[in-house]
Amino acid sequence: MRKIDDIITSALSGDKACVSRLISLVERDDEQAPYIMRQLYPFSGKAYYIGITGAPGAGKSTMVDKLVKMFCKNGNRVGVIAVDPSSPFSGGALLGDRVRVNIKKKEYDYFFRSMSSGNIMGGLSRTTKEAARILDACGKNIIIIETVGVGQSELDVAKATDTVVVMLTPESGDGVQIMKAGLIEVADIFVVNKCDRPGADNIAHALKGMLDRIDYRLSWKPPIFRTAAALNKGIDKFYDGLWQHQQYLNCDKKIMLRRQRQIKEELKRNIETEFTKMILRDIYDGNDFGVALDNVCEHRIDPQNAARQIVTSWLSREIPAILAPNVAALGQR
Amino acid sequence: MDRKIRVVMAKLGLDIHWRGVYLVSQFLKDSGMEVVYLGNKFPEQIVDAAIEEDADVIGLSSLGGAHMTLGPKVVKLLKEKGLNHIKVFMGGVMAPKDAHCLEQEHGIEKVYLPDTPMQAIIDGIRSKVALA
Repeated sequence: MRKIDDIITSALSGDKACVSRLISLVERDDEQAPYIMRQLYPFSGKAYYIGITGAPGAGKSTMVDKLVKMFCKNGNRVGVIAVDPSSPFSGGALLGDRVRVNIKKKEYDYFFRSMSSGNIMGGLSRTTKEAARILDACGKNIIIIETVGVGQSELDVAKATDTVVVMLTPESGDGVQIMKAGLIEVADIFVVNKCDRPGADNIAHALKGMLDRIDYRLSWKPPIFRTAAALNKGIDKFYDGLWQHQQYLNCDKKIMLRRQRQIKEELKRNIETEFTKMILRDIYDGNDFGVALDNVCEHRIDPQNAARQIVTSWLSREIPAILAPNVAALGQR
Repeated sequence: MDRKIRVVMAKLGLDIHWRGVYLVSQFLKDSGMEVVYLGNKFPEQIVDAAIEEDADVIGLSSLGGAHMTLGPKVVKLLKEKGLNHIKVFMGGVMAPKDAHCLEQEHGIEKVYLPDTPMQAIIDGIRSKVALA
């Protein structure tokens, strides 16, 4: 096993196997993961991030294959993270996004990594971001993150990008479904794929109707592109649309504001996670919690007041001995 | 939590028989492994995918006769790139003596012929993979 610094140096100069190994280490929350991210993060931030989400079967993987080829043909270096669900029963996963990827040109510079959404070790949102940042740091200038847009985690992953693309098919149902899924607010670009099928016009009209009712005066109004990815139709316009959105963001540094908002959310969530790990664990394992649980179940006290009592009591103690080693360890990492 | 074994499964060359590789992929998933399914791919693409996905195992399916030419090519490419930790397994339809030859002379860990119980495949893979 090579030393981690060697692996990082090689990865930064483009060694695929090393990049791959680093992604694996952060994915499973290896103890070296914090060190890896600390070394690599300063090199990231140069790439443009695109999130592609939509229901299963919308044609995302096929579209990603086409996009990668177009970006590479124009001299870009592309990183793809494709997230697929994992089995809640076995923890295993069948990651099938690569099936649609058929890139034969050796001069195309791309890196495709499949990730299972059930990797709860790190939390999907964090591990996907870290993997994407590794690819960013190691030289890719376009990062595509592909997820199935069901479930909050997957949606969060898609939202943490510069351009969010929501893909629909003619069978996506009426507009109400789209609104319910929360995708209207999230999308920067809509793509109605498989538009060789009947119903494509209907969904495009329904979407347009909904978007027309929103006041986009000073901001970006999401365009709707009709495509048939498997038939290579409409992809040029969609591709141009991606660049147009990037131009829009680069104007007035809107992209910096957007990223700042995202990082703020991320920092908050990370702090909450660290907090949970250290402090809440101590509370949940303690006596007070068990007693309170009993009291609430027996209707002697309501949950809100019980919680207040626990927290007040905990705060009035000195930092418990159990926490001190954790705090010290944090300082060394 | 135990680290999951990552397997890259592919159909060798142009052979489109899919049930075998599909079933094995499902069973491996159910046994807790992460399976990246490639569909039909050629050796260079398979090895590239194995690198990007940090695979521990490559599983190749061949029912169309390409096993003696394309199978060993995968092993050869792995050796050239210094990826000796990735184990290659094959499954499908071929003469037992070909299977034997692939195992003995061409670096294939194990060839699983028809009627091999699924559990044997799962156990076989687990036993050969040294988790780093």
